[in-house]
Amino acid sequence: MEHRGSSEKPSSENTPHEPGRNVGRRRFLGYLVAAPTLAVAAQLGDSATAPSAASAVIPSAPEQQEIYDLNDLLTLAAKPTSNLIAVVINSDGTASFDMPRAESGQGVTTMAAMLIAEELDLPLDKINVTLADARPELLFNQFTGASNTTIAMYEPIRTAAAIAREQLLGAAAVRFSVTVDRLSVRGGVVYAPDGRTTRYGELAVRAASRRTREVDVTLKDSSEFTVIGTPRNRIDARDAVTGRKTFAMDRGVPDALPTMICRPPTIKGAPRSFANADEVRQMPGVTHVAQLATGIAVRAKTFGQCIDAVNALDVTWNPGTVDTESDDTVLAKLREAEADFGLAPGGEVIEGDFVFHFRNNAALEPNTAVADVRPDRAEIWAPLQAPILCKEQVAEQLGLPLDAVTVHVEQAGGAFGRRMFNDVVLEATEASRKMGRPVKLMWHRTDECRQGRTHPMCTSRIRATYSGDNVLSFEQLHTSVATDYTQGFGEIITAKAGQLPPNGMSNEENFAKPVFNATVNVPYHFGKVSHALEETYTYDTFPTGSVRNLVNPDVRTAQELIVDQLAATMGKDPYEFRREFIDDDRLRAVLDTVAKEGDWGREMAPGTAQGITVHKEYKGATACLIEIDCRDETVNREIRAAVTGPRVTKAIMAVDAGLAINPRGLEAQMQGGIMDGIAQALTSSLHLRDGVLLEGSWDDYFYTRLWNAPFETRVIVMPPTTGEPGGAGELGVPAAMAAVACAYARATGTVPTTFPINHGTLSFTPKPTVPPLPPSPTNGLEFTY
Amino acid sequence: MRTHTFIVNGERVHVRIEADVRLLWVLRDVLGITGPKYGCGINVCKACTSHINGKAFNPCSVRVRDIKGGDEITTIEGLPDTVGADLHPMQEAWLERDVPQCGYCQPGQIMAAVAKVRQARDEGHEISDADIDEIRNICRCGTYARIREAIKEGAKKM
Ligand code: FES
Ligand code: FES
Repeated sequence: MEHRGSSEKPSSENTPHEPGRNVGRRRFLGYLVAAPTLAVAAQLGDSATAPSAASAVIPSAPEQQEIYDLNDLLTLAAKPTSNLIAVVINSDGTASFDMPRAESGQGVTTMAAMLIAEELDLPLDKINVTLADARPELLFNQFTGASNTTIAMYEPIRTAAAIAREQLLGAAAVRFSVTVDRLSVRGGVVYAPDGRTTRYGELAVRAASRRTREVDVTLKDSSEFTVIGTPRNRIDARDAVTGRKTFAMDRGVPDALPTMICRPPTIKGAPRSFANADEVRQMPGVTHVAQLATGIAVRAKTFGQCIDAVNALDVTWNPGTVDTESDDTVLAKLREAEADFGLAPGGEVIEGDFVFHFRNNAALEPNTAVADVRPDRAEIWAPLQAPILCKEQVAEQLGLPLDAVTVHVEQAGGAFGRRMFNDVVLEATEASRKMGRPVKLMWHRTDECRQGRTHPMCTSRIRATYSGDNVLSFEQLHTSVATDYTQGFGEIITAKAGQLPPNGMSNEENFAKPVFNATVNVPYHFGKVSHALEETYTYDTFPTGSVRNLVNPDVRTAQELIVDQLAATMGKDPYEFRREFIDDDRLRAVLDTVAKEGDWGREMAPGTAQGITVHKEYKGATACLIEIDCRDETVNREIRAAVTGPRVTKAIMAVDAGLAINPRGLEAQMQGGIMDGIAQALTSSLHLRDGVLLEGSWDDYFYTRLWNAPFETRVIVMPPTTGEPGGAGELGVPAAMAAVACAYARATGTVPTTFPINHGTLSFTPKPTVPPLPPSPTNGLEFTY
Repeated sequence: MRTHTFIVNGERVHVRIEADVRLLWVLRDVLGITGPKYGCGINVCKACTSHINGKAFNPCSVRVRDIKGGDEITTIEGLPDTVGADLHPMQEAWLERDVPQCGYCQPGQIMAAVAKVRQARDEGHEISDADIDEIRNICRCGTYARIREAIKEGAKKM
């Protein structure tokens, strides 16, 4: 069945499909690339969709996020650049795609394979997706962040695959001496009307182009999709469950021995000198010791020996950037920076003031980079969200031309924003250069906690006014420790704006505030709505970054707590109130779905309660219903060496991603978002005391564990609405965090004002800072089970 | 420095290394067995979970000197062989439920799950939510909901 027009005649299809753009009728441009087998390229970048309007109560003027959200910015930044990505058909009948994005568990390689499978009519297991090396010619389009990958890749990948299919069919038509429209394809096999068959593999050379030229194509109409929109398992799942999936630290680069760094006792301290280099060099397994900008690096036969050597080093440190700062001094500084509320239009006032503490953005796989620096070249292997920037930074550091630096992007063991920053790579290249040997540099977990990047501490204050049954105004003033935008993320925004800030001086004005305004919104008709960001400190005072979303988990949690209070004051049910004021039909649909599926309003025992919230971002809509148990017997349940506290017993999330390319992958992302939301609302934070983050590993940084995870977690993926895929990676966190907070408030009768709610109690003894690393225990065999 | 000898995934190995090096590094950095992952080095993240004589343990916190000649270490790579199949039923359940996200914690999760099911059976019951709550392995991607389901499914086929 041939369902697409060839490049010469216009498509005869004009059946409209889902709301939104009819992709079936548009023609997409791609390139046949001169190559030994068929290779088709397409340009990265996609188009914007207009949000739909809604009507109710007192309408709020559209906010910036609705007109022009962060993804539009990111996508537009890419427009004028020449960003080609290519699908190659191999002689063995497989297709290959070298993806210029990071795979950190968010499932983008599976998504890419599905898009190719769809347009190429090739089974999913015949498609190999690898991660592309840094490609500077992609300019701003090899950056993974803000859940943008699917949005940006949706059309280009399909375009390349669709052209490839046409070329293969064209070659088959010649071979069988029939016209293309008489051929059919199933699973990579082309059938002629008389029963003759040929495979893509046999056509790959024949269909190859001898010169590079432009062609265009129409894409499948969504009504014809057989892969897109169907739940599929991850293409790398088998490797993951067999231990074959390799990460940077599993990479067997010859002679790249384990390397670790002895780091300063306080944030951003630096080594002044160290006394016992020779002694440490003599320690078992140790091969090299070298002073770096950030600490003293030790290279040894095993990481275990690196740990021992790091702890044996006698280092004199220069002070760090925040040696006199603690939670309370930072809070005082935030209070000073807070802006005043504007004039409210009268009516009754409801106010809220919330504090969100520092939290860590570390993934389970610690920062790792393999570096092999030679006098005339360097080669890097690392999981990177911004590989081009990495390549540029390495070239600059080593004084090498750009093309003398090769940067391989590894699969990441989680990212959450951490791998936008190339700190570990620059340390690895410095160590390799100084030691004259390849190194496999890994951060110890304790380094991640204490010297890693944190989500900036912030306050969020809200003043809402209402009169009778109407909300008249809703103003939110968010005040945050400055976020570092000098890498990756910032570069794109800057490119769009065309204004590189000198030395990051305009970090706040040119990055933080525009991003805040592009990502924040109040999804309710609350009359006069406004929100603003103030930052304090400079962007490089604290090492900061995003943690699976930047501002919205906190901003929306503050908002939804006030929404519940407005509802309560007006004597309305939290669900009914939201339903009435919500400003978006898609949002109302997901809200209704969780209310129904989660049996909203069911009778709950005292000390337990439900919470319900919504969130829209990344061209998607979510709603979350949480049930929490805050009864004493639950809160105080004992688990050895663990924080327990209130338990979320049930989580229901409904998600409308516009078009879920892989509903199963989307479900996974939402589940992960729920676990982050629980952690951030209840248990997960860093305590700052005199320039030291007290948390030092997973036993005191309380990310959600099985004993705090809900017994029931259910995600409902809505049918396609806009027909356009939205982002997923970070989408689930805000509604989940907010719903946990709202449920907690309803269960306990106390509105939490500090997050996570257990931050006030330090429930562990901090590990020492000197020596910097906790030694590995030796009693592991006492805990076998 | 002496030579340490024991069995890993059914094969006898001989490793010449200092006696106090933790087994995780012997497996990963010396023997090149990279299924067990590093996440903390202090027995709290459980990413390195493997089996010793059929029981779950964390090699980051065991010195190689404490492994005896007859001890059998099983890492995720050797798990299928313990049931003489391409995949252990727990791995099948993991695939069935599409548990992994980044996958980094998953070798440890599966090894922990298998041991937990056996432990429950040794105590005379099938694995329950309360048993699952005792599993300490961190998944920073938050795959707990699917882990919970997959353990119950995998147990049925074990
Ligand atoms: S590395 Fe062994 S428990 Fe964390
Ligand atoms: S799948 Fe990524 S840490 Fe568990």
